[in-house]
Amino acid sequence: MTRYATRRILELVIVFLGVTLIIYALVFALPGDPIRALGGQRPLPQSVIDALHERYHLDDPFWQQYLRYLGGLFHGDLGVDFNGRAVSDKLASRWPVTIKLALTAWVIEVVLGLGLGVLAALKKGKWADRTILLVTIAVTSIPVFVLGAMAQLVFGVKWGIFPVAGTTKGWPMAYVLPAIVIAIFGIAAVSRLTRASVIENLGADYVRTARAKGMRSRRVLWVHVMRNSLIPAVTFLAIDLGYLLGGAVIVEGLFNLPGVGNLLFTSIRAHEGVTVVGISTVLIVIFLVVNVLVDLLQGFLDPRVRHGD
Amino acid sequence: MTGATVRTAERRPAESEHLFEVTDLRVAFRRGQTEAVAVDGVSYHLDPGETLVLLGESGSGKSVSSLASMGLLDPPPAVAVSGSVRLAGRELLGLDDAAGSLVRGRQIAMVFQDSLSALNPCYTIGFQIIEVLRTHLGMSKRAARAHAIDLLNRVRIPDAARRVDDYPHQFSGGQRQRVMIAIAIAAEPEVLIADEPTTALDVTVQAEIMDLLADLQVERRMGMLLITHDLGVAADVADRIAVMYAGRIVEQSPAEAIYAGAAHPYTRGLLASVPRFDLPRGALAPIPGAPPSAGAFPAGCRFHPRCPLATELCRQQEPALLPVPGFERASGPVRRSACHYADEVAGVR
Amino acid sequence: MTESLVVLESEPIEVGGRRRTRGEVWRRLVRRPRFILSLAVIVVLIAISAFPGLFAGLFGNGDPTVCDLSDSVIGPTSGHPFGFDVQGCDVYANVIYGARASLTVGLLSTAMALVAAIVVGCVSGMYAGWPDSMLARLIDIFLGFPFLLGAVVVLTSFSTRNVLTVSVVLALFGWPTMARLMRAAVRQVRNADYVVAARGLGAGTVHILWRHVLPNTIAPVLAVATLTVGGVMVAEATLTFLGIGLQSPAISWGLQLATAQSKFGTSPHLLIFPALFLSITVLAVVTAGDALRDAFDPRST
Repeated sequence: MTRYATRRILELVIVFLGVTLIIYALVFALPGDPIRALGGQRPLPQSVIDALHERYHLDDPFWQQYLRYLGGLFHGDLGVDFNGRAVSDKLASRWPVTIKLALTAWVIEVVLGLGLGVLAALKKGKWADRTILLVTIAVTSIPVFVLGAMAQLVFGVKWGIFPVAGTTKGWPMAYVLPAIVIAIFGIAAVSRLTRASVIENLGADYVRTARAKGMRSRRVLWVHVMRNSLIPAVTFLAIDLGYLLGGAVIVEGLFNLPGVGNLLFTSIRAHEGVTVVGISTVLIVIFLVVNVLVDLLQGFLDPRVRHGD
Repeated sequence: MTGATVRTAERRPAESEHLFEVTDLRVAFRRGQTEAVAVDGVSYHLDPGETLVLLGESGSGKSVSSLASMGLLDPPPAVAVSGSVRLAGRELLGLDDAAGSLVRGRQIAMVFQDSLSALNPCYTIGFQIIEVLRTHLGMSKRAARAHAIDLLNRVRIPDAARRVDDYPHQFSGGQRQRVMIAIAIAAEPEVLIADEPTTALDVTVQAEIMDLLADLQVERRMGMLLITHDLGVAADVADRIAVMYAGRIVEQSPAEAIYAGAAHPYTRGLLASVPRFDLPRGALAPIPGAPPSAGAFPAGCRFHPRCPLATELCRQQEPALLPVPGFERASGPVRRSACHYADEVAGVR
Repeated sequence: MTESLVVLESEPIEVGGRRRTRGEVWRRLVRRPRFILSLAVIVVLIAISAFPGLFAGLFGNGDPTVCDLSDSVIGPTSGHPFGFDVQGCDVYANVIYGARASLTVGLLSTAMALVAAIVVGCVSGMYAGWPDSMLARLIDIFLGFPFLLGAVVVLTSFSTRNVLTVSVVLALFGWPTMARLMRAAVRQVRNADYVVAARGLGAGTVHILWRHVLPNTIAPVLAVATLTVGGVMVAEATLTFLGIGLQSPAISWGLQLATAQSKFGTSPHLLIFPALFLSITVLAVVTAGDALRDAFDPRST
């Protein structure tokens, strides 16, 4: 078991280094001088530019900058942006919005995704099933910003139920509409996954055995079938939470919610290399941690995995 | 459903003589417009302490007939079942979910072939045994657990007290089969159906499992219906053998009678195809051709295309399952065969 | 991009089971109305992409570049069934001409990703040991990448963003999913009896890959590839909406949607028609892919 664990950790480290390196290289290769861009319309005096370059080690070779960055990471220091603000502070102010949005969307996904999936499986072939299947495909064919715009128009402007944008109304009102828009894809995925899994398990041999033992249909379904069927969906939902915590750039932009995704996007456009790298690093760490947790979760849910199949 | 009260099925006064009686069972599978008849008018019976072997190749309908008896096939219109299956005088066909679940596992139980897929991988085997005990016998959790360990001991699983909390994939194939047997006998059924219980196992393990089944049967006076294609297994345990071919029973006789001299060419063919140590080595003697699939049965006798003795009569007229002349007893016909020339076949040595 | 793909890839696809012959698969496909319908839509769209002039001229005003500012933002009228856009150009003509860019990006990007995925998947799957570990890690790294970040950064470094560059970037993020699938399938099949038998007869690895492994593992990957085409098309629209996809003067649905989004309240027709075309195209592609996957599945009827 420990050999397996150490191998996994080693792999995680490699992935982490690999991704951060590539990100750093990409940001480093961005055209344009961020310092010059800071100046905006007024050209900064060369001495100032040089001094700032010196301060941020922008003239050092790539490797040095990268290693210095890694060193800072181990102290929990994500760097300071070109305006002098600590990246970790910027992140800290943005996280709450993203977390609220992510959790709201996730809960909606869990409830509707699992519910619709089970319903579709039980009513396989009938109109409820066909409708759910059709709607799930249809919805993923529409770009999210179109869906978001339509949702804003219908529920925000025309019917006035939800605020069109901004966080002034606080949770839950300001978050429900964007959360639903985000959750739609998750609902589609989870419901299809659950449906396929339930259908597959309904035809499994152990179901026949359970009935042969004299278990009633209701028990067979909810005790035997569901326990097996929900494993893939739960795994997906766990991974999805990881993605959601990374912030949904488009929805945050559309609904004007100052979250992490939004920050990432604006920083990229503004050539704020330090911020970009800082946020990306945090996102990657989250992603890797979620991966490990999902592995453990699978071991917990499926005894076959637990015992090293 | 569960609770302190012990669940017993209604018992009507015995109307027939036998413990388990299948009469003219017919099972047809319908898909779209086509109908395939898998079991075509099959009758057999079982008494306490008796072992009847349903012998046949894949596709003969032997498994389907037992699944139909237990009510484990899909409901109509996908599957159409007619005829009668009586257990202690009570009709089993057509029971709804509630009534059927009282009988299944409690009065009649089944052991399946592939133990790995037949057991739920996400629950411990203890859970799967206890489920039966609590549902049918109303035991408390503690009592059920103790009883489950007893059962595991009875089926010779070593270290039962610890292994009761293990999962199916943690057992070997032979042990898993024993677990399945433990689950089946947990509620003390009167009839046990074993569907190819040893087909997936090694020969030595096979023997152990068959011994175990035989022991349990004697101990509990169960009627056992063993389904197999293996003549060797049948020879060991059978009191009577019913040979099935193409959805019908073609011969029904006491075991010794069949091995001494079968009354149907198909049975003869099966026996002859088994390689034997004591005869000089030569080519194997299979039955030529292949069994027909449901929906494509030949006219007349269903075996005639492969039968070395087939005549024009065989091609025209399907023989009924009739008593073989020369083997009547006072208690009724002992041997039946569905062949126009049964007496000749049986007389031939 | 990840979202729409994940929805439909999430269902398990069986591999290495009984392989259906091509004739069998085709017959099963043709029997399903879903497939026929979506195939018809795809054919029409390919026709539109190939010969836009033909379709655009149907209502008499077929030139998307003929614009009159005084017609700005007028809704559907006779001769102009989709109305006019902000600059007074005919929306219908623009939508028709936009098909080519979107469809090309979808197909080109997926083709590139597919090739990369097959190569990496096969190599990684067939050779156990450290080449496999390295490639598997590489796949993980690409999957771990925040898609948007990579896309934005790479695209901002290109001075011109045309169909080719956008396709390359989207391929860069589409290949790991298919590669992972391919690798899993190859690993499953590599120990199959027929592969072992082929090796025993002295077949070289390339031969085994081409003749035995590939035909048996390609099915699920192809099904996912069709889904990828749909996902890429939506992703291109999204990237363009964010301002980092295709640029004008290119004509693409993404561009039309991007400009239309802010005007949605007052002039919904600007958004609705390109959105409708894009959605129907993606829907058709994805439905066809779904039907394809069903047809390959040895377990379904």
